[in-house]
Amino acid sequence: MSQAVVAKLREAFSADVLDVKEYRGEVTVTVKKEEIVAICQFLKDEAGYNFLCDLCGVDYLGQQPRFMVVYNLYNITTKERLRVKVPVEEENPRVDTVSTVWSTANWPERECWDLMGISFNNHPDLRRILMAEGWVGHPLRKDYPLQGPDREPYQGRLS
Amino acid sequence: MAKKETMTINMGPQHPSTHGVLQLVLELDGETVVNAVPHIGFLHRGVEKLAENRSYHRALPLTDRLDYLAPMSNNLGYVLTVEKLLGITDQIPERAKVVRVMMAELTRIKSHLVWLATHALDIGAMTVFLYCFREREQIMDMYEKLSGARMTSNYFRVGGLSLDLPEGFVDDVTSFIDDMPGHLDTYEGLLTGNKIWQKRTVGVAPISAEDAIDIGLTGPALRGSGVDWDLRRDNPYSGYEDYDFEVITRDGCDTFDRYKNRLDEMRESCKIIRQAVDKLQPGPILADVPDVCLPPKKDVVNSIEGLIHQFKIITEGFKPEPGEVYQGVEAPKGELGYYMISDGSANPFRMKIRPPSFVNLQALPKMVEGKLLADVIAAIGTLDIVLGEIDR
Amino acid sequence: MGVTQGAEKASGAEYSKVLGNNVLTTSLDLVVNWSRSRSLWPMTFGLACCAIEMMATGAARFDLDRMGVLFRASPRQADVIIIAGTVTHKMLPVIKVVYEQMPEPKYVVAMGACASSGGVFDTYSVVQGIDQELPVDVYVPGCPPRPEALLYGLIKLQEKIMRERNTFGAAIGAGDVIPG
Repeated sequence: MSQAVVAKLREAFSADVLDVKEYRGEVTVTVKKEEIVAICQFLKDEAGYNFLCDLCGVDYLGQQPRFMVVYNLYNITTKERLRVKVPVEEENPRVDTVSTVWSTANWPERECWDLMGISFNNHPDLRRILMAEGWVGHPLRKDYPLQGPDREPYQGRLS
Repeated sequence: MAKKETMTINMGPQHPSTHGVLQLVLELDGETVVNAVPHIGFLHRGVEKLAENRSYHRALPLTDRLDYLAPMSNNLGYVLTVEKLLGITDQIPERAKVVRVMMAELTRIKSHLVWLATHALDIGAMTVFLYCFREREQIMDMYEKLSGARMTSNYFRVGGLSLDLPEGFVDDVTSFIDDMPGHLDTYEGLLTGNKIWQKRTVGVAPISAEDAIDIGLTGPALRGSGVDWDLRRDNPYSGYEDYDFEVITRDGCDTFDRYKNRLDEMRESCKIIRQAVDKLQPGPILADVPDVCLPPKKDVVNSIEGLIHQFKIITEGFKPEPGEVYQGVEAPKGELGYYMISDGSANPFRMKIRPPSFVNLQALPKMVEGKLLADVIAAIGTLDIVLGEIDR
Repeated sequence: MGVTQGAEKASGAEYSKVLGNNVLTTSLDLVVNWSRSRSLWPMTFGLACCAIEMMATGAARFDLDRMGVLFRASPRQADVIIIAGTVTHKMLPVIKVVYEQMPEPKYVVAMGACASSGGVFDTYSVVQGIDQELPVDVYVPGCPPRPEALLYGLIKLQEKIMRERNTFGAAIGAGDVIPG
């Protein structure tokens, strides 16, 4: 089923599908970030992925492009899952918001901005959500120290 | 024309009815809510970042403290994700799977009991609180027998269970599920037909099925809007496909139907637990994957090989091959998902938790806008939020 | 009472002369301490997991009420604040405001590993122990502590209050309380 969706997606957006992977029975499609809203709209309307389970950012520090934004989709009718990823460069990381497609995306995108520092174009309310207003830095980035920048890291343990 | 002004009031983060440290900024026109803005993050503890700095076995206790009302459901989601990442899902012994289902369902009852207790307390029914906590204490005693802790159990392990069931445990479970339906009738007797309860819940905090899907509601809250979706049945895990149970759905879209849904879910959980008790057969509790699973405690204390084995796994951990998986489980509050990426090292490269309460809370403004201030309390209660997993 | 009224215009030094270290003062201290320690009203201040155990302590099986411990929803009516859970940097200002709103005398119980030391959450967002900001009287260890542990902690606090000296004197404006 997911393979059929991927085939349809390749047909409609042939230039924008960068990579398709299957691992442990889960299909991951990597697409260009410019077309993410159109692709999400297509997946929602044409392929029935009416439920956005989760949205998050991943920091691949040291790789190019540095960030990935990951969308975990779900089809309530066929009970299928699909994962869509978009690469985002380190300089001025920005993606278009998909909160116009699924309202769910609002808070996860705010969280992604707050913790990962990826900004979303046209987002209705892009503010920090978990950290306090005026917090400096984005804690989930790999170059942010676990215990915060203003504390000497504790040396005496394994992890 | 008189000038019309609205009033802004602040509710929380220190407020007894917000179930933790939730802050709501409400804009009121008289007693009608014009706008509600939730502020969260007062309990953000950095669990995801912390997990990236720990090996897979050592990140497990952190999941207990996400939704602290249902620790074993969180554990279950985590171990299933790691097992999927390792590709050992089909090697989990039958006994471990059955015990996992049994404990997950007991946890569901435990979580729903706290929900009912606090929800009723907020709306003004004090007695139910004391009754619910009485039954909950029994489950806590079982938890304690099993894992040594009343709340933060940390009982499941990647590959199976940490310990086998103690003696007499199955009898405790059986006697509990024998009594539980009667207790549920007692709660219903206090609430369901009660005029005040009905006035406070029927038609309160409505949300339509389309809106609920669009905003991402899951669990009993979504099924209260008539969407028939339960991961236990639709994407079964840990052997749920072998159990016979009903998915409770009602289409009233209001607080009352969500209340009835959760009560009926507890009855279904009792049915599942009974089937699990019948299925329980003696056998191994850990998968035969020595690279991953911790050795049984009796080997660790009795033989040098066992001790070295344990030491190696604890200090070095195991290294799944690079890849990424997502696994969702039906936690008491909705879909709890873990999205995990491995880069081939002993620590998770990225662990994203999809907490059900976080997404469910987004529906709050939609549920209360244009409604009365007093209904905000009912709406918070009916969403069944836990700030530990919202803020992580 | 006669002493209090008659000495209204007297200075602090004269007070200590009137009350001194005699039998009358110690027994008044005892009365004050006794009444304070037997009606500890904590603020309902649940932050995280520990709050659930605090609720369980208040429910029927462990029954805090029998010790005169009644939860109050307003800091203005509370004597003791039980910090039950993880304190984050975002929450800390709120806790300080609530603490300042409480009337004297006030006590702080740090419940659980997180409130005492940060616990397992040695991260960027967590305050490593509430004692960095508030004067903690009793630490209750555990993650979360069992209800018995919280009860024991509150009993220890009662004992500590019973050891305080010059509580009556401080109440009428003569000197400070000597902590127990």
